[in-house]
Amino acid sequence: MRRILLIALKDLLLILRDRSMVLMILIGPFLLTFGMGLISGRMGGGVSQSSGPRDIPVAIVNQDGQMLGNALVNVLSSPELAVLLEPVLVPDVETAKQQVEADQVAAAIIVPTGFTQSLIPLAKEWQAWSPSSSSNLAIQIYANPGRPNSVAIIESIVREFLFRVEKGRVLGLTAITPLVTAGAIQSTQAEEIGRALGESLARANDAKDLMQVAITEGGLTPSHEVDVMSSLAPGMALLFLMFTATYGARSLLVERRQQTLQRLMMTPTSPIQILLGKGFGVYLSGVLQQLVLIGTSTWLFSLNWGDALGVIALILCAALAAVGWGLLVAAWARTPAQVASAGSALMLLFGLLGGSFVDLSSMPSPVYVLSRVTPNAWGLDGYAILAGGGSLSQIGQPLLALILMGVSLIVFAGVILMHSRHFTQA
Amino acid sequence: MIRVHNLTKRFGHLTAVDNLTFEVKEGEIFSLLGPNGAGKTTTISILATLLLPTSGEAWIDGYSILQRPLEVRRLIGVVPQEIALYQDLSGYENLWFWGQMYGLRGAELRQRIRMTLEQVGLDEKAHHKVRTYSGGMKRRLNLAAGLLHHPRVLFLDEPTVGIDPQSRRAILDFVKSLNREGMTILYTTHYMEEAQELSHRVGIMDHGRLIALGTQSALLQQAGEHDTLVLSFENDLKPQPPLEVLRHLSEVINVSREGDRIKVLTTAPEEVLPHLVTVCLEHGVRIRSVEVIEPNLETVFLKLTGRALRD
Ligand SMILES: Nc1ncnc2c1ncn2[C@@H]1O[C@H](COP(=O)(O)OP(=O)(O)OP(=O)(O)O)[C@@H](O)[C@H]1O
Ligand SMILES: [Mg+2]
Repeated sequence: MRRILLIALKDLLLILRDRSMVLMILIGPFLLTFGMGLISGRMGGGVSQSSGPRDIPVAIVNQDGQMLGNALVNVLSSPELAVLLEPVLVPDVETAKQQVEADQVAAAIIVPTGFTQSLIPLAKEWQAWSPSSSSNLAIQIYANPGRPNSVAIIESIVREFLFRVEKGRVLGLTAITPLVTAGAIQSTQAEEIGRALGESLARANDAKDLMQVAITEGGLTPSHEVDVMSSLAPGMALLFLMFTATYGARSLLVERRQQTLQRLMMTPTSPIQILLGKGFGVYLSGVLQQLVLIGTSTWLFSLNWGDALGVIALILCAALAAVGWGLLVAAWARTPAQVASAGSALMLLFGLLGGSFVDLSSMPSPVYVLSRVTPNAWGLDGYAILAGGGSLSQIGQPLLALILMGVSLIVFAGVILMHSRHFTQA
Repeated sequence: MIRVHNLTKRFGHLTAVDNLTFEVKEGEIFSLLGPNGAGKTTTISILATLLLPTSGEAWIDGYSILQRPLEVRRLIGVVPQEIALYQDLSGYENLWFWGQMYGLRGAELRQRIRMTLEQVGLDEKAHHKVRTYSGGMKRRLNLAAGLLHHPRVLFLDEPTVGIDPQSRRAILDFVKSLNREGMTILYTTHYMEEAQELSHRVGIMDHGRLIALGTQSALLQQAGEHDTLVLSFENDLKPQPPLEVLRHLSEVINVSREGDRIKVLTTAPEEVLPHLVTVCLEHGVRIRSVEVIEPNLETVFLKLTGRALRD
């Protein structure tokens, strides 16, 4: 037991002396704030009041012509919204405005040129890209003052669309950017990831769902502030947790390469003790990172995570599951670089799949089932329950799932490692 | 203290250690002398329970390395050939960690660390990160980490590779003093001089096999009355004197090339030398200098294998 603890503490100390690791641990909360600040200002113009009309004529000017612009057009002209909207594609802004002024349509939605790109940078822009530097390209709604109710509905649909895109984007980019900066992934890879992210964001905007939003919110002027906080922060926390766990598990291969693993094997310590020690070290760093992230966000932005005991239990269990995945990656990989790249890929995949970027409730059920293999999905469930006022006793299911996931993955990875000549035989 | 019986290790088709049998007595310094790839590190890795042998058996103080690896590990200390330290920990922290892993605690551990750091001359650098150490300093810390816990048996795998003469001197003296305190030492090297200076007995390894074993005087006797002539040349061996022709001169036992010099093992240097000069002149090679070396372990190796220890 003492040896396990010693190895773990030694690893924690090494992690704290690793600059890129500390950066990720400390920078997480700040990226989070940054992200918060970014969600807004994507939409200009528009008036809002209420009631419930049908077949609202709306003009759309898609100057963007790319992924996100097209996605919005698709959503607005989808059969699900056909009852509600009657969209007309208009080639230019002038025509659209004339139609509004002539009272032919309730509003004109103008997606400016380069809108998609302002959200998802190209490969060459990654190095210089920072969340704040993206231009203020906004979707314009040119409203017909004579039809306030219709305008309100259109506005709420567009706003929800943008909110979802924003949320996923900010999470995705704040996760990818440090990886690019740290050299963990190439900017061309980042572009691919960005595109995949964009596509899934576009897909995530299920039209049926948006109509629901339109009906429930239409007319009100909802403030998304609270929503943003509680839906963004846990996703972010879990994303960073996966990073810490996979990056930490890298040390197993680093130790083999720098021969200290071999040296450890020649001390009176069993391979199982060594493995548990290494795993525990990663676990401690994951827990520490979550505590820092959740602690600072509570303290700095008075974010309410819910019942403290529940939050702590969730941190402890989610970190266990994340360590399981980290060790599995380390057991599969042959070099530290492989762990780093497979680890960041897994982190992003789990982010997408587990609901850190996009809301899973609108996904088809196979995706939902698949999402259950990620610690992110269970963790998000837990945080949602806690944020909604639930207590420790109500998050039993996610906690149990995370523990089971963690323990079985650790055992599985352990068995692979114990039988791997690469681990035990020099 | 160390008993090795028919030890064999294969990596695929390569036999790294081939049917090795020897014993090291308590309190002895035993050297394994051999060129690169002879199988020295593999042998030590097996004895230190890091690798499993393909066949054969070995015992440390009566404990089988196969059946009782944990007991074996409690008895031994290992100084690996590669530097195996945490670069982002200080020298002191490294020793503290490795000491703990060998079961040292508290005041005793601190005392040992201080003492050992002094012995290897690193007390001033103790609190700097290992990353900032020079190659020689890392070597010395690598040594310290292996013997901090005063093991009864110490394996030293080429502990002096790539360091300056003073550090090397210090390490050799340190090893001798550890041995005087009763530590049994298995030392590997490809420096003939080190084996000669340190060891009570020497095993000469080549291609995984032990080709000679005994005290130095016994090995030298085995080499017979042979001297070595070392020839160096003007214009660095271009054109080359044919080794085959030299080898067939009478009184010549063996000829080998080492860098731009040629070593001739002979029973009668005075008689051979004029012939050598003639042959070289015939082939248009001008001799710059000739050196006569009395028998040593290198000569033994040369005689047994026909090759120099380092080439
Ligand atoms: N893990 C391994 N897999 C395959 N071959 C190996 C492995 N370890 C060693 N060998 C081979 O076994 C042979 C003996 O290697 P070993 O390291 O024991 O030699 P050595 O005497 O220590 O040499 P050196 O003086 O260079 O350290 C070499 O041919 C080496 O290539
Ligand atoms: Mg070696």
